Amino acid sequence: MADNTRKPSETEFSPWIDPSAKPLIEFRNVTKKFGDFTAIDNLTLDIFEREFFALLGPSGCGKTTLMRMLAGFERPTEGEITLDGQSIVDVPPNLRPVNMMFQSYALFPHLSVWDNIAFGLKRDKLEKDKISARVNEMLRLTRLEKFARRKPHQISGGQRQRVALARSLAKAPKLLLLDEPLGALDRKLREETQFELMDIQEKTGTTFVIVTHDQEEAMTVASRIAVMDHGKVVQVDTPAQVYEVPNSVYVADFIGDVNLIKGDFARTGPESGKITYSNKEPAISAEVFEDISDGQSVTYAIRPEKIRVTADKPDDRVNAAYGKIIDIGYLGNVSTYHVELAGGQMVKVAMTNSTRVDRRDFTWDDDVWVSWRESAGVVLTK
Amino acid sequence: MRRFALIAVPYLWLLALFLVPFVIVLKISLSDTALAIPPYVPTLDLSEGWDGLRAFFAELDFENFVFLSEDDLYWKAYLSSLRIALVSTILALIVGYPIAYGMSRAPDEWRPTLLMLVILPFWTSFLIRVYAWKAILAQEGFLNQFLMSVGVIADPLTILNTNTAVYIGIVYTYLPFMVLPLYSALERLDGSLLEAAEDLGCSRFSAFWLVTLPLSRPGIIAGSFLVFIPVVGEYVIPALLGGSDTLMIGKVLWDEFFANRDWPVASAVAIILLAILIIPIVLFLRNEEKQREAEG
Repeated sequence: MADNTRKPSETEFSPWIDPSAKPLIEFRNVTKKFGDFTAIDNLTLDIFEREFFALLGPSGCGKTTLMRMLAGFERPTEGEITLDGQSIVDVPPNLRPVNMMFQSYALFPHLSVWDNIAFGLKRDKLEKDKISARVNEMLRLTRLEKFARRKPHQISGGQRQRVALARSLAKAPKLLLLDEPLGALDRKLREETQFELMDIQEKTGTTFVIVTHDQEEAMTVASRIAVMDHGKVVQVDTPAQVYEVPNSVYVADFIGDVNLIKGDFARTGPESGKITYSNKEPAISAEVFEDISDGQSVTYAIRPEKIRVTADKPDDRVNAAYGKIIDIGYLGNVSTYHVELAGGQMVKVAMTNSTRVDRRDFTWDDDVWVSWRESAGVVLTK
Repeated sequence: MRRFALIAVPYLWLLALFLVPFVIVLKISLSDTALAIPPYVPTLDLSEGWDGLRAFFAELDFENFVFLSEDDLYWKAYLSSLRIALVSTILALIVGYPIAYGMSRAPDEWRPTLLMLVILPFWTSFLIRVYAWKAILAQEGFLNQFLMSVGVIADPLTILNTNTAVYIGIVYTYLPFMVLPLYSALERLDGSLLEAAEDLGCSRFSAFWLVTLPLSRPGIIAGSFLVFIPVVGEYVIPALLGGSDTLMIGKVLWDEFFANRDWPVASAVAIILLAILIIPIVLFLRNEEKQREAEG
């Protein structure tokens, strides 16, 4: 957690906006091919010290290949990878100050929890009491003291996950790689463990790179997320930026729920424009900071929770459209409404159920207004 | 009732094909040799009733076992058999481990073929295959001809009818029993364990030593017992490939039965062989059980 005595500007951890900060890891035009298949396509990326960096994308997007190149199990076909300014392309995995937590955990089944954690330290030929002190420290950190003598098959999945974490942290690597670390855990345990991971990352000050296909997980733990698709990084940004200001339809659609409305663009001011998407509906007014020419076809992306459903036409919002409720999904904390506009466009709306009223304001087939502010959505050209 | 019937099948099988023959052999080992058919006394004659039965048991004794302990031929033969079995097992392990390792690392589509190749020799008669080795190892055999034509040696090597030939024959014959359990242990090995070992600072070699080898231990133990146990009693290979100085208990047993027609002594030899082998068999079964527990 942030130290309250510091000034807000210092607690903000964002070395990526500081031009003088030197990245811990640099990918420079890295390409990796497996035969004819291009897993990583001319990729350039910086990761800074103490970052919790998430590689997010669907399976087959190259995120695991990227991580395996950091670990040393794959060699880039072209390009350069540096750690602390030194090229690591030719350094074998056992000589890199990088450790990895495997998706399957890869705990040694013939060794006890204690020996699993000590495995890497013993390879460094450390003194016995130093090894034992370090192992005990790791056991304390991951709350595994009671299970030190057990074999991996004698502990639960969550405990195994913590052993794997302790083992990969034991050598105090400069960089810790986590390959879908929470994939095998059930939902509740996964959420708890996410916070534990963040806590441990902060305590140890290690740079973490996590590979995941779970966008909620990436949003929760990461300082920055790299959204990947087909071997390329589509967007690298903080979770909030990736969610609120996606740079492409792909990112907007991959992260969270979104309404994507295709239309034609027309500029109305220096920082505003209109998107015409239907001849039955008024054009959408939106803030535009990019340079988009008139008549260009664009996609307007707006998150369901930014839209409101009302019975009467609201006066305070620029964008409003008339429609009919087709479907309602009650999720407890929020309800989602599927509203069909007069022109046939479907719009998803999420509204918080902030009161425990037993009657719903709206029901199926109600005619309603959906409305949103000018700044609620983003105009995407990619 | 049905459950009982189901369990009864294997037990009846064991009773008829193991326990009954064992009791018969045990009984013969306690009898005395005689010029008769069968060539031993006493024989059980139930027509004389209770007294006959008592007389029958009164005549049984441990004389043959005492005889075995007095003549050093027998314990030397046992020791020599155990030594040959042990050396062959180690040789089979040394030859079999790289084969099994290579098979387990081969591309998926190759594995069924490689497995087939290991099992293939079983499709021809064991006797023919051992005989073939005679042609290879003989003084004018293929091996000597080849080595002399290449110019490695000037005079033919004497391999046939020595212990070396016996070792070659045993390792060749029993190799599949070593390779298959090793392969099954190595094949199950999760490749990410080796990556984890390397990631934690192991070289390829030390990763093999610290991870692959200990994790293939159940396969090593199973394969070793599958070779060791039958080799101790092996008769055909030493008889065909071994020389006069190849001393194995299987050959002694054969001589007692068929050359000397001394069934009681031969039976005693068999009983002691079984007693010796029970120790590794029990160890083997315990290993299997422990393995199942660890996986369960």
